[in-house]
Amino acid sequence: MSALDLSRWQFGITTVYHFIFVPLTIGLSVLVACMQTAWLFKKDPAYLRMTKFFGKLFLINFAVGVVTGIVLEFQFGMNWSAYSRFVGDVFGAPLAMEGLLAFFMESTFLGLWIFGWDKLSPRLHLATIWLAAIGSNLSAFFILAANSWMQHPVGYRINPVTHRAQLTSIVALLTNSTVLAAWPHVIFASFLIAGAFVIAASAWHLARGSDTDLFRRVMRIGLAVALAAGIATAVTGDVQARLMDSQQPMKMAAAEALYNTSNSASFSLFTIGTLNGSQELWSVRVPYLLSLIATLNPHGTVQGINDVERAYVRKYGPGSYKPIVPVTYWSFRLMIGFGLLASLLALAGLWLTRRRRIPRARWFYRVAIWGVVLPYLATTMGWIFTEMGRQPWTVFGVLRTSQSVSPGVSAGEVIASMTVFTLLYAALAALAGWLMIHHVRDGAPEEPATAGTDAPLPVFTY
Amino acid sequence: MNLATFWFILIAILWTGYFVLEGFDFGVGILLPFLGRDDTDRRVMINAIGPVWDGNEVWLITAGGATFAAFPLWYASLFSGFYLALLLILVALIFRGVSFEFRGKVDSARWRRNWDRAIFAGSALPALLWGVAFANIVRGVPLNAAGVFTGNLLTLLNPYGLLGGLATLSLFTLHGAIFLALKTGGDIRDRARRLAAGVALAAVPLAAAFLAISQVGHGRPATDVTATLAAGALLGAVAAAVRGREGWAFAGTAVTLVLTVATLFGDLWPDVLPSTTAAANSLTVSNASSGHYTLVVMTVVALIFTPVVLLYQGWTYWVFRKRLTRSDILARAGRPGWAGPAAPPGAGPPGAGPRPIPGQP
Repeated sequence: MSALDLSRWQFGITTVYHFIFVPLTIGLSVLVACMQTAWLFKKDPAYLRMTKFFGKLFLINFAVGVVTGIVLEFQFGMNWSAYSRFVGDVFGAPLAMEGLLAFFMESTFLGLWIFGWDKLSPRLHLATIWLAAIGSNLSAFFILAANSWMQHPVGYRINPVTHRAQLTSIVALLTNSTVLAAWPHVIFASFLIAGAFVIAASAWHLARGSDTDLFRRVMRIGLAVALAAGIATAVTGDVQARLMDSQQPMKMAAAEALYNTSNSASFSLFTIGTLNGSQELWSVRVPYLLSLIATLNPHGTVQGINDVERAYVRKYGPGSYKPIVPVTYWSFRLMIGFGLLASLLALAGLWLTRRRRIPRARWFYRVAIWGVVLPYLATTMGWIFTEMGRQPWTVFGVLRTSQSVSPGVSAGEVIASMTVFTLLYAALAALAGWLMIHHVRDGAPEEPATAGTDAPLPVFTY
Repeated sequence: MNLATFWFILIAILWTGYFVLEGFDFGVGILLPFLGRDDTDRRVMINAIGPVWDGNEVWLITAGGATFAAFPLWYASLFSGFYLALLLILVALIFRGVSFEFRGKVDSARWRRNWDRAIFAGSALPALLWGVAFANIVRGVPLNAAGVFTGNLLTLLNPYGLLGGLATLSLFTLHGAIFLALKTGGDIRDRARRLAAGVALAAVPLAAAFLAISQVGHGRPATDVTATLAAGALLGAVAAAVRGREGWAFAGTAVTLVLTVATLFGDLWPDVLPSTTAAANSLTVSNASSGHYTLVVMTVVALIFTPVVLLYQGWTYWVFRKRLTRSDILARAGRPGWAGPAAPPGAGPPGAGPRPIPGQP
């Protein structure tokens, strides 16, 4: 394998891995902040127990998210220096803004929250978790603005002297239609993950009949958040699909493995056979759905891969502009499928726990616990789809992936780093997962009766 | 002064912030096995940096992001050129970061001992390698006409680079020892102060030699002044530490680090990454920078938000200004609902005293 292929694998591995931890940080930070707000205003100690129980889990998750994030920032320069040279003028700005405006806020105020329980007034302490939560959501915006520029470059020109991209409008970059659609989509997907996580943790206790009063309430919160977030993710995803159809028609066509332009295009739920357009052994199709998704019109025209390819050859010169179709086809379906399943699970859970009911059936808890993997699989598939669907470009229509890799970095060096990251990340995932399970099992201990009055509060210190 | 030079200075300031702040928490991590006699000692040390270490590390992320935005060619050549060195730093920072969070989550002496080792290695390695990296930036590296680094890891491990590494390693350790003397109370404070004097025996000659060689090879009159002042501040810091004036001592090592970074960046300018292959291949403030518009945008953002960051980070240090002692840690362990390791069965009532760690006096 060449340094290019290895660098692509490494970027894929490290990014997908980082994004296992990011969405829970984004979603759970807000949920914990809400729980603490409820405790402060309602004075119900149950909310304090929830805050601490999920606060601890949040911190385990956050630690891994932070350390794997630094790798990503460095990796652009380490493995993709040709890309960095070409786009740094544009792409570096949102990255630097993320550090200065969002990540400083998130990290500093989280430190204050962890250690400030008995040092800050309750209201000020509550403000710190909110600022950390706002920081992490804002951080997502800047990163997605940078990514959206790669999907749909705006607000730049190519400098005729240096032949590098140059920023011409930061406003255009930050109000790119692509990021305005991607940000809510990612935020809602993160809340779906946070909801599913809360459901799974409470299901573990409800299944054992431990602390049922508390965990029934917790589960209802998780179910409501997951359902609302699931619906919102679907709606924002739908908006994105139409943007994608106009901005990256190849990605839309590759999402359906649609080779020839079609009016009234159907959407296949499942296909057996090769996806190279030559033969299709068997498929389950929903008529008109693809046209509807892409154009809001059941008879709308969806361009096929072959037609887009011809147009691109005319525009960008000879070459192949197709992504790997089986990857885009399946990741697109699986993203939607896993996301829908997670939402349905939330809906079913809300029904089964209505009016103070606590389901008896073991299967319910098994599904609720294992269901936590569904939205994670959905976000993973979503990122694989959107990044692989952009290929062969790193910056759509402007810079190819093959032109982006570091010229001075050898395959051996990338093998070394990829091996180290993969092994280290696998060990970290196992450790973090084990620690989380350990802490879910420990449950949410009763708070001392004096909590919230004059006794100093227990803290999360190291 | 043009905008590119302004950004060169701003990036120097970000690195200064990183070295001054993360410098002491690296130092605390390095001293963990030497100063922490038992788990309670070590928890006092870790909790002294607990609220701030993550915020300190963001200075690195922001310095990286600012370099990417303002000097894309510098960022690209530097990060791809120093590939394996940065890989080692990243791995170290990963271990260190999760160690702080994970070590208290399981009640087992072995578990905590392993994470303590990770904190030590994860602090010592970057403390050494950042010095190696910056010495090599000042010294210059082999760059071809396209600005691509043509050396390897061994290119960076030249005597001057290693001296730079030992200088930062010893300076950060001293900075950390003085920080602990300033931020802790009781026995640890006394031992930290005594240890600081011992570390100074290494840090003073290493830093002085590194600064002197830098000035002989790359100096200019202005940086001769900053280098001399850096050495003076270091001696002042040691004198203050020996006399028990910990606040002055900490200010002294902080000023030493500020002036050392100023000296290195001053020696570097107007280059950002000199080429040892041919002077024409050097990356400079003007040929490596972003366009005017990006620099204007980033200047506005930086001028508004850097003071805000300084304000709330400064406030954090104010909130946690109290000295930390063993009794703080032990008192906490006695409270119900505390998140850390519970007292093990048979260890006596909470607050009864530190548990001896097997194999240690």
